[in-house]
Amino acid sequence: MQTFRFDPCDLPDTALALRSDVRAFLASELDGFPARKRAETWMGWDADFSRKLGERGWIGMTWPKQYGGHERSALDRYVVLEEMLSAGAPVAAHWIGDRQSGPLLLNYGTEQQRQKYLPSIARGESFFCIGMSEPDSGSDLASVRTRAESTGDGWVINGTKLWTSGAHRAHVMIALFRTATEEGNRHGGLTQFLVDLDTPGITIRPIRDLSGNAHFNEVVFEDVLVPDTQRVGETHGAWKQVTAELAYERSGPERYLSCYPLMAELVQEMHGKSEHSSRDEIEIGRAVAELATLRQMSVSVAGMLDAGQNPALEASVVKDLGAVLEQRIPGLATDLLGRPFHLGAGGIDEAAAYLVQNAPSFSLRGGTREILRGIIARGLGLR
Amino acid sequence: MNELQTMLSDTANRLFTDHLQKPVREAAEEGQWPQLLWQAVEENGFGHVLVSEARGGAGAGWSDAMVLLRACGTHAVPLPLAETIVAAWLLDQAGLDVPEGPLTFAQSDLQPDGDSVVCTVPLQAVPFAAQCKHVVAVSPHKDGVRIALFVDGKSSNEVTTIARDPVADLTYNAPAVSHGIAQLPADTVLQFGAVVRAAGIAGALQAVLLQAVQYAGDRVQFGRPISQFQAVQHQLAELASHAASVGVAVDAAARAIEANPRTAGFDIAVAKVRAADAAQIGASIAHQTHGAIGFTYEHGLHFWTRRLWSWAPEFGGAAHWAQRLGKEAIKGGGKELWTTIAAR
Repeated sequence: MQTFRFDPCDLPDTALALRSDVRAFLASELDGFPARKRAETWMGWDADFSRKLGERGWIGMTWPKQYGGHERSALDRYVVLEEMLSAGAPVAAHWIGDRQSGPLLLNYGTEQQRQKYLPSIARGESFFCIGMSEPDSGSDLASVRTRAESTGDGWVINGTKLWTSGAHRAHVMIALFRTATEEGNRHGGLTQFLVDLDTPGITIRPIRDLSGNAHFNEVVFEDVLVPDTQRVGETHGAWKQVTAELAYERSGPERYLSCYPLMAELVQEMHGKSEHSSRDEIEIGRAVAELATLRQMSVSVAGMLDAGQNPALEASVVKDLGAVLEQRIPGLATDLLGRPFHLGAGGIDEAAAYLVQNAPSFSLRGGTREILRGIIARGLGLR
Repeated sequence: MNELQTMLSDTANRLFTDHLQKPVREAAEEGQWPQLLWQAVEENGFGHVLVSEARGGAGAGWSDAMVLLRACGTHAVPLPLAETIVAAWLLDQAGLDVPEGPLTFAQSDLQPDGDSVVCTVPLQAVPFAAQCKHVVAVSPHKDGVRIALFVDGKSSNEVTTIARDPVADLTYNAPAVSHGIAQLPADTVLQFGAVVRAAGIAGALQAVLLQAVQYAGDRVQFGRPISQFQAVQHQLAELASHAASVGVAVDAAARAIEANPRTAGFDIAVAKVRAADAAQIGASIAHQTHGAIGFTYEHGLHFWTRRLWSWAPEFGGAAHWAQRLGKEAIKGGGKELWTTIAAR
């Protein structure tokens, strides 16, 4: 049985100094930012805000300077991320590029691809989305069917991607396509491509979610031509790339902080009251204990990433426990405030109403709870 | 783990594997003091791990001692080892010599009596009270806490915990053998009692996880090992995640105590809330995985699960410590909360 390693991690002094810079920036930038907007956190899209972060060097922080990066440690970056999320900053526009696409290109991209995309991601000007899921292929990515057929010097793509967050506003999709059907090896025959979303033949249709928002999309490819220079990594060799990419997707503080702004609002509302029941205090305290512990775990994962280790298993543990807590917080607000949250009411009510309706997605996106528990079970030697 | 921690871990695992067989556990639960086991523990200086070298201890820090405190849970140790470690540390903190033998500690009301102090009220529900010749009593003092060492108490109301560890009230007619002041929080007994119970839970959760994984792989039903059923895998994954989480929380508490024992209250509370909640979940999953056999005394899973149930409410349960955290969070307000969490 593999045991999980969560070694304690001390944040370096540079990270602590950076924290006060970020806090000062956010305090002035988000002054008067409504609770409902803060509740969106990493789903909140604001291109201007992303560009300002780019100017300050807070996107692509760990990347080489030659690609517009800043060559800072993963722990410096971690502190920026957790300050953004805890303050409810609207980081969605650059989030995917910073978290996944950039690192993917640094690992597997060509020199030309790096030069073409990385500097503009780091400036907060070029926004990415991830084309993995499909109509019949959610957590079971090996069943991807959208095909890229070789034309010699390029590829022609046909099929449909689904649940693609931000596709309607992003510039580029990093997409996973089937390039071969290999009997008995569902993980083979998949290839990743950089698809500029203004390429002819692409139709993007936003899908309204149950809260009335439309952040994810259906993206249809009809005879879309993509040159071979846009292929990322080996032909048919995307599975290991995608697996590594998902580790980035699962390891960050966004996996337990999605509802943090509501938690802070809830505590603030209690703070304004003269009396609290012991139940209020106990339930708030229990959530605080879980938040504090998840943060320690999340920092530990960041420390392992910084040390060049592969904490994929530990990241799955944090994401699973984190989603359970995140999903509890809207219900906790409902219980403790004891009133219905009306849309249009503003303030904490609007934030809570939004998150009550969004919480079901927390244990779906980035791998369902069942997938994560399967990964953990494999780590325990059960599979 | 650093070098000292690896050494402590290796020594403790070897010692408890060699000396703590099932008959020893069963005899201890019948009330028989495991003398040979205690002797081995004492020879290795485990109880004095936190005592400064000047007073004959190992001079280790709380992160190092955590290895032994967790081992109390991993090996379901039927001895007041955690109590001895804390009591010895308290004496050392107050500048007092540490006697040989098992020690325990309790909240008290200490009053000056000439050059010494007396214990005016019975010490209540003291772990291993009747088994420890010496007891460390603690009461609030304007400069921290007053700490006093008492000998040969008179025990009454002898009962046992769910873990079958003995508990009793103690009264003293004679003044303290020695006493001093330590710069520690007024609720020192509760805080440091809570952190050692949280550490024990962290160890016990690891132990029941290992046992459940092993059992699930061995036990065949419907023609295959039950470990192959997804429902079982997911339960064990949940147990593993909780066990990992408690481990992280107690490590954070140990580091906070090491940095400053007066200001570690938040981290200790976090660890005990997480540990107490996870203990209930973990014991439940471990038993569900083992089925009926795990419910028998014969099998032995209960040596760990009964400790989980026993330790969860000792020195303040989840509700007690959560309420403390909740009160502080509400008092600080919404902006302060993140500052508190991120300051660690």
